[in-house]
Amino acid sequence: MPKMPRKAVLAAASIALLTTACTGQSDTGATDDPNASTTITFWHGWSAPAEVKAIQANIDRFEKAHPNIKVKVVGNINDDKLNQALRAGGSSGPDVVSSFTTSNVGKFCSSGAFADLKPFIEKSKLDLDKIIPKPMLEYTQFEGKRCAMPLLGDAYGLYYNKDAFKKAGIKAPPKTWSEFAEVAKKLTKSKGDSYEQLGFMPNYHGYETVVDHYMSQWNHTYFDKDGKSSIAEDPAFAEMFTYQKKLVDSLGGFQKLEKYRNTFGDEWGAKHPFQTGQVAMQLDGEWRLGMARDAGVKFDIGTAPMPVADDEADEYGKGFLSGTVMGIAPQSKKQNAAWELVKYMTTDTDAVVAFANAIHNVPSTFDALKSPGLKVDAGFKTFVDIALNPKSNTPPASINGSTYQTTLQDFGYQYESGKAKDLKAGLKKTADQIDRDIEQAK
Amino acid sequence: MSTLTLRAKRRKQALRTAAFMSPWLIGFSVFFAYPLISTVYFSFMKYDGFGVPEFRGLENWNYVFNDYPMFWPALRNTLWLVLVMVTLRVAFGLGIGLLITKIKTGTGVFRTLFYLPYLAPPVAATLAFVFLLNPGTGPVNSVLGDLGLPTPGWFTDAAWSKPALTMLALWGVGDLMVIFMAALLDVPKEQYEAAELDGASAWHRFRFVTLPNISPIVMFAVVTGVIQTMQYYTQPLVAGKVASGIIGGSGQQFEPGYPDKSTLTLPQLVYNLGFQRFDYGSACVVALVLFALSMVFTAFLMRRRGGLIQAGD
Repeated sequence: MPKMPRKAVLAAASIALLTTACTGQSDTGATDDPNASTTITFWHGWSAPAEVKAIQANIDRFEKAHPNIKVKVVGNINDDKLNQALRAGGSSGPDVVSSFTTSNVGKFCSSGAFADLKPFIEKSKLDLDKIIPKPMLEYTQFEGKRCAMPLLGDAYGLYYNKDAFKKAGIKAPPKTWSEFAEVAKKLTKSKGDSYEQLGFMPNYHGYETVVDHYMSQWNHTYFDKDGKSSIAEDPAFAEMFTYQKKLVDSLGGFQKLEKYRNTFGDEWGAKHPFQTGQVAMQLDGEWRLGMARDAGVKFDIGTAPMPVADDEADEYGKGFLSGTVMGIAPQSKKQNAAWELVKYMTTDTDAVVAFANAIHNVPSTFDALKSPGLKVDAGFKTFVDIALNPKSNTPPASINGSTYQTTLQDFGYQYESGKAKDLKAGLKKTADQIDRDIEQAK
Repeated sequence: MSTLTLRAKRRKQALRTAAFMSPWLIGFSVFFAYPLISTVYFSFMKYDGFGVPEFRGLENWNYVFNDYPMFWPALRNTLWLVLVMVTLRVAFGLGIGLLITKIKTGTGVFRTLFYLPYLAPPVAATLAFVFLLNPGTGPVNSVLGDLGLPTPGWFTDAAWSKPALTMLALWGVGDLMVIFMAALLDVPKEQYEAAELDGASAWHRFRFVTLPNISPIVMFAVVTGVIQTMQYYTQPLVAGKVASGIIGGSGQQFEPGYPDKSTLTLPQLVYNLGFQRFDYGSACVVALVLFALSMVFTAFLMRRRGGLIQAGD
């Protein structure tokens, strides 16, 4: 047998070191005793003082119910930090993890960044179909692998300025996109090359008016049965892009709207354009109600579901859904204890209701949605109903997370600005790009 | 016996040399050789941070060069910034340095005024510029409008975003100004006196006395400027994010490059591919392109440097 030269041995050893140095640990066997005294670490993304206080109150309730488990809470963790930490591994990493980005669930599940929850759910004998609304169950799993649970939800609907509606003689919020275009135009008051009041900011950079939020109001399918992008074949996409472009043009054109958009305050601050009266209607999540009230808005706020396509009027009431997802870090050595916290925060009715009341989010379980303890006023009820609507939807999870949505969104920018003129060719090219990106991620 | 002693002595000598070199060797291996080798290795692998890397051949290279829609715009932007921003920064830094070394009074005040912006944290400086250049509410466009001049979209217009970034870079030119001032004050006065006696104009004195004397510093400024611009990340990312209005609230995804990919740079792609998509293989390809470009630029400039030094000498 020929002897391996020393240099070759060293090279082989170096390559072996390189290949093993960064490979994260995936410990799937949960052997810890959930009844033993232990401390687990929970990473979440909330950072506003009121939200941090609310989550701490929830943790306090959990610790009271589970005196053997202490929870160390770490806030302000976004997906980038979370993903990087989970890959780095190490003993100081989290046991329980959460993310605001439902569209990243496909990546979390397929890569193994979040542990498979199936054994825990089976052990706890939870029938999730009876506990959690279907869209929320959908966005917390990928290709049958459940690696997350929904921790409250966000439902998106229409906010409108009731005073502006009254002044313009509009009696009720629009239910179809045709009605919506008329109402938006009626509410728009130009002032020179700008606006005194804009009916609606339709541009894709208008905070929540992104492509997938618009698309939720059309019956659509992002992928065919083979997993290929169907945006070029499904007519709903062309209809949406055409409608939005017409809306942009009818409200003053892309350039004028962009210039006006640049006068808007921060989406998360008191100077949000809906709150300042710069726009009379806004597509937004349920949190806007609380934020608008905190900002001391002077006019009456109305809420309604977003309109639907004219030929799908019977589906009025649906909306876009997303929310926070919660899971277990695969490296955690305390997965049974971690599961106790996940189970408590996502399925315990009192916990879900208290947390939803505190941060003005939509509860993510049937019992909590119907709970008498849930603080529901007329404005908020709209969003509870949207969450319960079986036609409400969210984009499907993908192996490369939200990349396909940002690719489509990117085409949206091109089309609304007039840089891309051929819609059919643009959608085909975008679909090919989506397929290629997914292929690369496999 | 004597051969053995000689061998032992040589071995001892080699060990001693290695021991003295070991701090450098360790540093070189850990911080240069290992990352470089592993970057090359991973560029041929599929790896997302979990599991075991899989060999992929040239697929990642093919993806980046042919199918990744952000690569070519980012490369074009990076080259634009290298050519325009670096040139202007060096010229501006030298110009300010020349002015301040010439003025008789208030040198300290002006030096401080021009140097201070360099100390501003990049994120804060970028935020301030986005605010100042906001086409809707910014004071710059208000003044331009009042004067009847065109009001560009700055960070919201693909044609103006890179010039706006260049303005930001010129505002923070204090580092180069200080280096150039030190070099300018080092130029022997006798050479200027001799040139003046020969009747040389101000331009000729600059061209044939100042420039040859400070050419190594100019070269240093250009080479470090090119390398820094190749690594340009924070300012375009922050400017794009803030100007787009999408700051990443409730799980919003942000694709860098707003507006219309005009602020994309290669380091942003490394982050996007490596730490957002977790496609380490493709990220390594982009990193290697950056490495190769830096090497090419530096080698080219170092060759040119020989000519300049000769002219100076």
